[in-house]
Amino acid sequence: MAKKEAIEVEGVVKEALPNAMFRVDLPNGHQVLAHASGKIRLHFIRILPGDRVLVELSPYDLTRGRITYRFR
Amino acid sequence: MPIVLKSKEEITLMREAGRAVAQVLEILKEEIKPGVVGKRLDDVVRREFARRGVTPTFLDYHGYPARVCVSVNDEVVHGIPNSRPFEEGDVVSIDLGATYKGFVGDAAITVCVGRVSPEAERLVRITEEALWEGIRAARVGVRLGEVSAAVQARAEQNGFSVVREYVGHGIGREMHEDPQVPNFGRSEQGPLLQEGMVLAIEPMVTAGDWRTKRDADNWTVRTLDGSLAAHFEHTVAITDGEAEVLTLP
Repeated sequence: MAKKEAIEVEGVVKEALPNAMFRVDLPNGHQVLAHASGKIRLHFIRILPGDRVLVELSPYDLTRGRITYRFR
Repeated sequence: MPIVLKSKEEITLMREAGRAVAQVLEILKEEIKPGVVGKRLDDVVRREFARRGVTPTFLDYHGYPARVCVSVNDEVVHGIPNSRPFEEGDVVSIDLGATYKGFVGDAAITVCVGRVSPEAERLVRITEEALWEGIRAARVGVRLGEVSAAVQARAEQNGFSVVREYVGHGIGREMHEDPQVPNFGRSEQGPLLQEGMVLAIEPMVTAGDWRTKRDADNWTVRTLDGSLAAHFEHTVAITDGEAEVLTLP
């Protein structure tokens, strides 16, 4: 069974939520609930509201995502 | 997510899962004739998987309602078996996954119903060749992009397109693991292949444009321009020499 190619989009962090979850605004006007990827947690990369981040969206649930990168 | 490497013992289990998939695909291939319906294939999978002690990986995967994907003509992948009889000239892709002791095998073939147009015959043949080009390229120490580029080259040199919106994948305890295995790209891209990686390489090739759309059922993927599509897939383990195809009968 083929995999839907994961979609990566740039977004802006709107709000930090408990459990390393974030609300992220996407350029298409949508808002997703995203968690920080393991690598980001491992390296204690702080994500703050206003940061530009790369979000990997799940093709199965477009309201959730994974933050894979924080732009400097 | 990191790429999960598999031990020799785990690959042995994956070989068993793959064998069941390949054997049942051969049975399904014989079943496909004019007048037969896709649902019939699902029944055959149920019976043959039970006989082999494997479970259907696709059933209930993110809500998928069947054991096998049956994608006809302009349908690319993820077609749900239905009650429409196959007709002479149809091009039918069947995609099957089995779980054995927690490990998954995944493979697909495309079957021509009776006599098909020369163009359809060529599309099916080139897609299978593209898969084998990808398998030959999959060696320790090269980048995954070598596989992608090899698949793409074979398809495009023959005037066909490769689908971009769906990709192959790593496979193991989960059907979809990292890395994504695109059927397009440059040879210097992607992770380096290592012994113990297991990949599902699956060219999806169209006779027209590569763009796709999804049906209202939210599963069936078809070409946007209505052109024919073919699909072949093997689960392969990266070893110290040539990649080992795990989905063989």
